[in-house]
Amino acid sequence: MRDTTSMLPLIVRDLRLEMDGRILLDVPLARIQNRQRNVILGPNGAGKSLFLKTCHGLIPPTSGRIEYTLPVSTAEVRRKQAMVFQKPVMLRRSVRANFTHALAMAGVGWYERRRIADETMAQFGLSGLADSPARVLSGGEQQRLAIARAASLGPDLLFLDEPTSSLDPTASRQIEDMLDVLHERGVTLVLTTHDLGLARRFADVIFFFHNGRLIEESDAERFFTQPETEEAKAFLEHRLFW
Amino acid sequence: MQQDAIPISSILSLLTGDGGNFLGIILLSLQVTITAVTCAGLVGLPLGAGLALVRFPGRTVIIVLVNTMMGFPPVVAGLAIFLLLSRSGPLGDLGLLFTPKAMMIAQFVLVLPIIVALTRQTIEDLWTEYQDHMTSLGAGRLRSIPTLLWDARFSLVTTLLAGLGRASAEVGAILIVGGNIAGFTRTMTTSIALETSKGDLPLAMALGVVLMSLTLIINSLAFGISRVGARFSGKS
Amino acid sequence: MLRRIFVTAAASVLVAIGMLSAAEAQDRFITVASTTSTQDSGLFDALLPAFTAKTGITVKVIAQGTGQALDTARRGDADVVFVHAKAQELKFLEDRFGVKRYPVMYNDFVVVGPKSDPAGIAGGKDVAVALKAIADKKAPFVSRGDKSGTHSAELKLWKAADIDLPAVRGEWYREIGQGMGATLNTANAMAAYTLSDRATWIAFANKGDLGIVVEGDKKLFNQYGVMLVNPAKFSTVKADDGQAFIDWLVSPEGQSAIENYRIGDQQLFFPNASDPKA
Repeated sequence: MRDTTSMLPLIVRDLRLEMDGRILLDVPLARIQNRQRNVILGPNGAGKSLFLKTCHGLIPPTSGRIEYTLPVSTAEVRRKQAMVFQKPVMLRRSVRANFTHALAMAGVGWYERRRIADETMAQFGLSGLADSPARVLSGGEQQRLAIARAASLGPDLLFLDEPTSSLDPTASRQIEDMLDVLHERGVTLVLTTHDLGLARRFADVIFFFHNGRLIEESDAERFFTQPETEEAKAFLEHRLFW
Repeated sequence: MQQDAIPISSILSLLTGDGGNFLGIILLSLQVTITAVTCAGLVGLPLGAGLALVRFPGRTVIIVLVNTMMGFPPVVAGLAIFLLLSRSGPLGDLGLLFTPKAMMIAQFVLVLPIIVALTRQTIEDLWTEYQDHMTSLGAGRLRSIPTLLWDARFSLVTTLLAGLGRASAEVGAILIVGGNIAGFTRTMTTSIALETSKGDLPLAMALGVVLMSLTLIINSLAFGISRVGARFSGKS
Repeated sequence: MLRRIFVTAAASVLVAIGMLSAAEAQDRFITVASTTSTQDSGLFDALLPAFTAKTGITVKVIAQGTGQALDTARRGDADVVFVHAKAQELKFLEDRFGVKRYPVMYNDFVVVGPKSDPAGIAGGKDVAVALKAIADKKAPFVSRGDKSGTHSAELKLWKAADIDLPAVRGEWYREIGQGMGATLNTANAMAAYTLSDRATWIAFANKGDLGIVVEGDKKLFNQYGVMLVNPAKFSTVKADDGQAFIDWLVSPEGQSAIENYRIGDQQLFFPNASDPKA
C-alpha cells in the first residue's frame, strides 16, 4: 500500500532562502503529512510560491533541509512529486503530446506513454481535446491539462501554485473537482491560493506565511475559527493587503 | 536605351532555349545552397541550443564572436577557404578546390554563424518559459535541447530561411573557391556576375529575376508550411 | 505524426542530395587557368566541345586575369595555363612552374572611347600619340588595374609613349581592379577611354556609346601562349591529359578551329602556333 512505502511526511527544517542579503523565506519547521490537503495562505509577496518551488526542488535553499521519511534518492524524490505552475507551461504540441512528452521525460516507454495519456485524458474529460493544439485551449482547459498532465506522472506529492487564479467560477469548480479526485486517490496536495472560499472548503491543514516567514501552521478548522497570530486574524478579516 | 528593360522574351528564351545548360545551373545552385544550409542546420541548431543552455567559462565571448561572424565578409571567407583547399594549402590533398563541394563548404561557413546565433536567441527565450516545467520533470538543460528545438520549430524555420537567403544570394566566396567553371561550378549568382562582365545586362537581369523567383517560391513554401503547422499545433 | 513526416522529408532531401553528388563525379578532366578574354569572347565554348568529343577529356576553365591565372597555377590548382602576357609567362617558366611555352594565337588590343571623343584621337593609328593626348587633356581613362595581360600591355604602352604614369596620373585615370567586361561597362558608364583586347570588345554586348578610336598599331599586338604546369612541382598535375590539350590546340585541327571562330563575320583570334618567335 501507498502508506507503508510513502516518502511522506516531508519535514522542512530551518529553511532559509536569501538573495542579495534579503531574507526571502524563513521556515523553522514545517511538516507536510501524507494524504493531507495542505493549503498555503498569505498576502502577496509572503513567499508562498517560493516555498512551493523550494520544496519541489526548483530553487536550492540558502540553508536548511528538506527531509523525507524514507531514505530515497534525489531521482526518486523527483519522480514521486510533480508541480503545476501558476501560469501553466503549454508545450507547442497537441494535448496528447503534452502528456506523452512529460511521460517520456519521466522515462515511460513509447506504448505505455500513449496508454497512460489516453487513460488520464479520459478520466479528466480531456479526450475530446486530445488532438487540439494545447496553446489554443481556454485558460480553464489549460489549467486542467496542466493538472492532469502532472497527475499522469503518478506522483505521491503534488504542488499547485494558485491553481484557480484568474479562472471563472465554473472553471474553478472543475479544478476543485479534479483536486478532490486526486485527494481520494491518496495524492498529497500542497497548494497556494488567494481564494479563501476554496481554502475553507478544501484544506485539512493551513500554512500561513507573512513576509517570507511561516508564522502559523495549524489544523484548518482551528485556523479559520481561532487564528493564533495577529497577522492571520487581520488576513482573515481582509485587513491585510494582498 | 532598350537595354534598361528586362525583356520577358529573354527570360523565356533562357528557360526554353538552351534549356539543359540553364537547368543545370539552377539545379547546381539549389544543390549547393540546400546542402550547405542543411548541413549548417544539422550542426548549427544543436550548437545554438547548446550555447543557449549550457553555462561554461568563455560562453559570452563565444556568443559575441558568433554574432560577429554573422557579418563575416563572404570574400574573406572565400579567400580563407581557397587558401585551405588550394593544392599548396593544408587541405590541398583532398582536391576540393574548384568543385561544388568547395562552394558548399564556403556557404556552410557563411551560414553556420547565422543559424547558431539566431537559434541561440530563440532557444534562450523559449527556455525562460519552459525552464520550470522541464526542471520539474527532471530534465536538465542538456536533456531539454530536443524538446526546445522541436517546440521552437516554426521560429527555427525562419532561421533556416535567413541562412538560405545568405547562401543563395552569395557570389563572392563561391566565385573564388568554385572558379565559375561552365557546367561544373557555375551557379545562378556566378552566371549573373559573368553575364554582367560580358556586358549582356538584359540576360544578367533575366537571370536575376529567375533567381529571385526561385527564392520567392522557396520562401513562400516554407512560410506556408510553417503557418499551417503553427496553426495545427497552436500559435507560438 | 507530424514529427514522422518531418523526419521522412528531411531524410529524403538528404538522399536526393546524395544522389546528386554522386552524379557529379566525372572521370577525366583537366583544369585550365585562363584569361577572361578567352572566356568572355566565347572562344572556349566553341573550342572545347570539339576537343572533348575527340579525347573524352573534359576541360574546366577558370577565367581570371593573366596574373591571377598564373598565381593559380603557381599554387598547383591548375594543370594548364593559357594566358597572354609573354614577359609574365617567361618568368613563370624561369621559375620552373611551367614545362614549356607554346604560342597559340594572337589578336590585338584596341583603344575604345566615347563618341564625344574628348581627347580628339578617333581614327588614329599611333597608340603613343593617342595616349599622350589622353594624358594631356586629362580625359577619363579606365584601367584594369588587376595585373592581367591587358593591364600589363597597357602599362607597357604608357611607357612606350614616354609618359610617366605615376607622375601624371590623377582623377582622370581610374584603376578599377576588375575584368575586361566590368572595365568596359565602367568605361561605357563614365564615357571614358580604355584598352581592350579585340575579342572581348567584339563579343561585348553593352557597348553603348563606346567605339574603337585607335587600332592597327603594331604595338597593340596581343599574343596568347599555353603552358603545362610542371608535374615535378605538383604531382597532382594531370600531365598527360594536359599535354593532350596543348597538343590539340597547336595541331592543325585546333588551329583551324580557332581560325574559324567568328562573331558575326569577324574573326576574333588568329592562330600562329607555327611561328616560333611568337
